[in-house]
Amino acid sequence: MGVGINVEHLNAFYGKTQALFDVNIAVAANHATALIGPSGCGKSTFIRCLNRMHETIPEARVEGAVRIGDLGVYNGTSATQLRRRVGMVFQKPNPFPTMSIYDNVAAGLKLNGFRKRKQLDEIVHKSLHSSALWDEVKDHLHKKSGASLSGGQQQRLCIARALAVQPEVLLMDEPCSALDPISTGKIEELIFQLKEQYTIVIVTHNMQQAARVAEFTGFFLLGKMIEFDKTEKIFTNPSDKRTEDYVTGRFG
Amino acid sequence: MSNQALPRPRFNAPEPEHGPSERGSKVAPKVEPRTAPLLQGKVSEIPDAFFAAAMRLCGFAVVALLGLIVYQLVIGSHLSWHAFGWKFFGQSDWNPVEDQYGALPFIYGTIISSILALIIAVPLSLGVAVFITEMCPVTLRGILSFLTELLAAIPSVVYGLWAIFILVPVLRQYVQPFLATTLGWTTLFSGPPYGIGMLAAGVILAIMIIPIISSITREVLTVVPQHQREGVLALGATRWEMIRLGVLRNARAGIVGAIILGLGRALGETMAVTMVIGNRPEIAKSLFAPGYTMASVLANEFTEATGDLYLSALIEIGLALFLVTIVVNALARLMVWSVTRGQPARSLA
Ligand SMILES: Nc1ncnc2c1ncn2[C@@H]1O[C@H](COP(=O)(O)OP(=O)(O)O)[C@@H](O)[C@H]1O
Ligand SMILES: [Mg+2]
Repeated sequence: MGVGINVEHLNAFYGKTQALFDVNIAVAANHATALIGPSGCGKSTFIRCLNRMHETIPEARVEGAVRIGDLGVYNGTSATQLRRRVGMVFQKPNPFPTMSIYDNVAAGLKLNGFRKRKQLDEIVHKSLHSSALWDEVKDHLHKKSGASLSGGQQQRLCIARALAVQPEVLLMDEPCSALDPISTGKIEELIFQLKEQYTIVIVTHNMQQAARVAEFTGFFLLGKMIEFDKTEKIFTNPSDKRTEDYVTGRFG
Repeated sequence: MSNQALPRPRFNAPEPEHGPSERGSKVAPKVEPRTAPLLQGKVSEIPDAFFAAAMRLCGFAVVALLGLIVYQLVIGSHLSWHAFGWKFFGQSDWNPVEDQYGALPFIYGTIISSILALIIAVPLSLGVAVFITEMCPVTLRGILSFLTELLAAIPSVVYGLWAIFILVPVLRQYVQPFLATTLGWTTLFSGPPYGIGMLAAGVILAIMIIPIISSITREVLTVVPQHQREGVLALGATRWEMIRLGVLRNARAGIVGAIILGLGRALGETMAVTMVIGNRPEIAKSLFAPGYTMASVLANEFTEATGDLYLSALIEIGLALFLVTIVVNALARLMVWSVTRGQPARSLA
């Protein structure tokens, strides 16, 4: 089961530049939450603060409190420990090209010392099923490399890879922006299924997508969370003028 | 936006250009009236044809050069080949006085010193490259890579001098006695510690190929996309696991390539080795014992080679060195091919 996410007074900086300003948000467990907003408004920065991925950038810095379930993200938990419970799917599909499909999915478990062959087989099977990829790859699990798949398949492989470690939360940063409409449709369907068991936070550029998959939507602008509400409300009757301008395309 | 000038984040592919902010822009762009095409008129084909011919010539020149070298070596070694045949490579007797020539000690010395160099240099070079690309502070990165590359520019005779005055005494006084007491039972480290010998040659070769291997490895590692590192980290990997799975594994073909280049340099390196290996055509099991390499014997004895058979034997060693290098490279490339599972060895320098 997924867990909720609580963000309080989150400020993020790249060196001296502030990228997020006092973001507060409570993400509901077992729901999909979409984050929308123009390029450069801090959506990626925000989502990467949730699994501390911003730490890969040397000068990045964060203030504030984030709780994921019972886990304090910025106090006492190691990033490694945290990321085992918070999976992430990136904008560009990034399967491991030197590994077979099977090893791609098993990578997270093997990293954490999981070696039992039978159980691994089972989990790989389950994860590929959950990501709706099983039927397409079941005949060459060990023969084909992760990079030999099509873009949409690669992204579903990455989702399977994230699911294999049984995270509670799944973060997705524009998971469809590099994909064709058919693959996009498949992934959206998948998100719809997955949110029964996982808490999903998805950044998207595509407002129809947000409307299709998410119950809640947050609108970012220039590093601030302008509005956060039920998706329906955001798209039909937003309280903030800026949100309205953005969702109706009258932005600028 | 005020921070527009900042470099884009490395982890992001460029955002799609059709975001709502652009779509909803209020000012419609005004397109200037177009003029007649500015680039008109006939284009001459001659410069292009000339260029193509010149490049083809350059391409063929390389092949011709290679052919000429082989031809010269084969002609030159004719006499020795007739006198000894295959036995030349299996015989360890090298005696100009009695006109008896066998190349085995030189082949042995070349291979052993190079292997020794690789054993020492590969882990160190990989460590240097990983440290520079993955762990060291940005400010130090440039300086360190500059310095390692500078090491590659030092003439080998200078390395040889340094080896004679610093390395050999250190080996003789500290390293060899230590090795003899701890690992003497392997018989690899036994006998009198001269300092000069196979071990010294291996160490100096290692020092000389570290800059090559580490700088190429560094380049290969920096080519590994950031999203691979992040993909591993996002699964809950530690830094070391990220380096192993996300970086080294993705770069392995290139790393093997870097090692081959280092090996190529070690096999053919002449001056520094000649200065410290002891120059005795013997096959000794102990690494403390002096040895000889193919390159060193050519450098040392070519000018003094009296007699046609002597000269011919040396040229045959040259031919053998040439062939060994080719075989090693071919083998290594095969290795690259097998680790990349039939994909073309992309990042191979
Ligand atoms: N690695 C970085 N270094 C410096 N500034 C960055 C970096 N990554 C992002 N930024 C800045 O932070 C702001 C938010 O970026 P980002 O979170 O990527 O926006 P989004 O994902 O909404 O397009 C932008 O102004 C961007 O220039
Ligand atoms: Mg982004």
